[in-house]
Amino acid sequence: MTAISNRPAVGGSKLNLYGGWKVAFWFLLPALIGFVVFYLVPSIRGIYLSFTDTNLLSGRGEVIGTENYSELLQDDLFWNAIKVTAWYVLINIVSQTIIAVLIAVMMDRLTKSAFIRGVVLLPWLIPNVVVALLFVWLLDPNLGYVADVFGWFGIDSDFFTSTTAVIPTIAGVNTWRHMGYTALLIFAGLQTIPGSLYEAAALDGATEMQMLTRITIPLLRPVLALVLVVTVIGSFQVFDTVQVATGGFGGRPGGPVNASRVIYIYIYEKAFVQSQLGYASAMSVMLLVVLMGITYFQLKILRAGESDLSS
Amino acid sequence: MNKKWRSLVALLMVFGLIAAACGSDGADDTATGDDSGSESSDSGSSDEAVTIDYWLWDGNQQPFYQECADAFTAANPNITVEISQFGWGDYWDGLTAAFASNTAPDVFTDHLARYPEFVEAGVLVSLNDYVDSDGVDVSNYFPGLAELWTSPDGERYGLPKDWDTIAIVANDDKLADAGLSNADLAELTWNPQDGGTFGEMVQKLTVDANGNTGDSPDFDPSAMDIEAGAVYGFGLEGNFGAFGQTTFSAFAASNGWTAVDGVWADEANYADPALAETVQWFADWIAAGYITPIADVQSLGGTTIFQQGNAALMTNGSWMISTLSGDATEVPVSYAPTPIGPAGDRASMFNGLADSITTSSENPDQAWEWVKYMASPACQEVVGGGAVVFPAIPSATKVAQDAHSTNGVDVSAFTTHVDNETTFLFPITDSASQIEALVGPAMEQVLRGEGTAADLLGGVAEEVNGILGS
Repeated sequence: MTAISNRPAVGGSKLNLYGGWKVAFWFLLPALIGFVVFYLVPSIRGIYLSFTDTNLLSGRGEVIGTENYSELLQDDLFWNAIKVTAWYVLINIVSQTIIAVLIAVMMDRLTKSAFIRGVVLLPWLIPNVVVALLFVWLLDPNLGYVADVFGWFGIDSDFFTSTTAVIPTIAGVNTWRHMGYTALLIFAGLQTIPGSLYEAAALDGATEMQMLTRITIPLLRPVLALVLVVTVIGSFQVFDTVQVATGGFGGRPGGPVNASRVIYIYIYEKAFVQSQLGYASAMSVMLLVVLMGITYFQLKILRAGESDLSS
Repeated sequence: MNKKWRSLVALLMVFGLIAAACGSDGADDTATGDDSGSESSDSGSSDEAVTIDYWLWDGNQQPFYQECADAFTAANPNITVEISQFGWGDYWDGLTAAFASNTAPDVFTDHLARYPEFVEAGVLVSLNDYVDSDGVDVSNYFPGLAELWTSPDGERYGLPKDWDTIAIVANDDKLADAGLSNADLAELTWNPQDGGTFGEMVQKLTVDANGNTGDSPDFDPSAMDIEAGAVYGFGLEGNFGAFGQTTFSAFAASNGWTAVDGVWADEANYADPALAETVQWFADWIAAGYITPIADVQSLGGTTIFQQGNAALMTNGSWMISTLSGDATEVPVSYAPTPIGPAGDRASMFNGLADSITTSSENPDQAWEWVKYMASPACQEVVGGGAVVFPAIPSATKVAQDAHSTNGVDVSAFTTHVDNETTFLFPITDSASQIEALVGPAMEQVLRGEGTAADLLGGVAEEVNGILGS
């Protein structure tokens, strides 16, 4: 802090810089308290717990070094969870991003109606658990409406009840729920692209498709990078849809078999069913490391910090 | 400069206060817990009014325990009992959260599959001193029940409240359709090769969507569509899990299998061919269309499929009698004993519940009074009169049997196991939830036909023993 205030002021007097910091401090304080109390302290505690064999019920445990981590690397169910989660994220992010870009471009180019733009957000307003229950009923092989419609065409449908279909189904459900929100973020990015570019392109006889691939997508890159970072992290953290939809009425969350046992389900199971808080914390730390790595590479590859607009 | 430092110090103090508040929270709690704990031991005989929180999961039993609680409060005016009931799943999730936050109820209904893990975590109060000083005679209960709640080091963690066994539940209408009656189910035999006379019965009762029965040459397994009105001869109650209390355990045990060698054993027998044969038989008969597919059981619920008339027989526990027989709008049911297996006898898992006191209880002495009362003939006869479960005290079970026969329900299929000593104990291990997480999915894979029982169960057997041995 001393260093900052002693540094020769750039673009303003020393007093202004200091005054700005002071004002900003008070505005940041509430968020800072929230961050420290609800994120920083629990994270540090979680990292500490991951080096212990803490039992959830007794709240006691001893430091056991990296034993949890070495056990983790040999845990078939952990690797299964990583595989299942990666498969889910891949399907979810690819479908969600493509659909969201299309919806955003349509919102931008086809309609000015706030109502229609609002309707796109509707699925996002429904709580996750409600969405999961809704689709459990719709897609039930015996009771569901969708199964009935498939039945008219003589197709036997399995969604949440088949080991191969369960992850694509959950990914589809969450794509449906999140595409409107993602589209809205992208739509905001579209607003920053000057309309003059489209006018010029139209004068040159460019088609709508050419404008999408040559103007919209390249200029959207910084926003897309941000959206991808946020949605990929969110996607890795899928839990409630799996818990509700595969738990069903007589199933087990993460089923059938282990086909939808995503990393968060496994962490929950270890911590709150098997009471192995230390082991579950180690898994959470692994997830944190993986997410930090993925985020770093996403930002790097997509050059999120720079825009093509000025060049 | 000074100002800045002051803000920083202020900020640090804010965090410090928050951290202190969070940190001291737990410390305060334990302190209060300890204080009132010692207070209450002093005030055990004083007039201070206390409330005991009591949790149970079976809504059918709640009214009768409320009756017990009212009588108990009438006799002990200073102790009020507050009963909370939660569904099975929420119950254990809630209890785990309550233990973790040190807000667990004083007394709760405990299950054999769960209590060893609670004992290991040190959250249950040992009842030895209470039992000794109050001279409670644990031989008053059905033989074996009280011992189930004693850990290897001799500490007792629960007083028995009830017991349960397994029997075949039959849909009387479906029996009549096939020209059969409950009497035809009394002496069935079963084996994992061809299913025995039990298997023949299941085939006879299976009806595909075209109306062909399972023993007819025209039977079409691909026409076993529940929506189209197909009836399975036998329905699974639910997921097999590791212990299969209401599903495979009666069959596997009659084939000579035991899950563990004695209570608190450090080895389990999941690689035993007697188990693999049994589970494989179920998988084969599911594939052949005679038994409900596990995917349907998971999405609809095994008991629901039975009550909708889509399964003619099922196995279920004695705690379900009042649900299955009680509702006139559901299918008419009767009960038959589990079939006689290759080992020469019938078999049923013998499970018992008990009431345990938690270490987070601030009034363990008063909690003990309530536990003692629930384990006494006075309360158990009230519960027995509700005809919901079989209480742990023989005289109270007699009351329950009489109540059932007053209702016109013959429950001898459940009690025969106790009368003829054909029960085997619930496998008590200190890592039930971990074993469940390993064996449960393997069982499911077998039932889905994604591998053989010998391979898949053999595959997890070693890992299970690794967990038990550690």
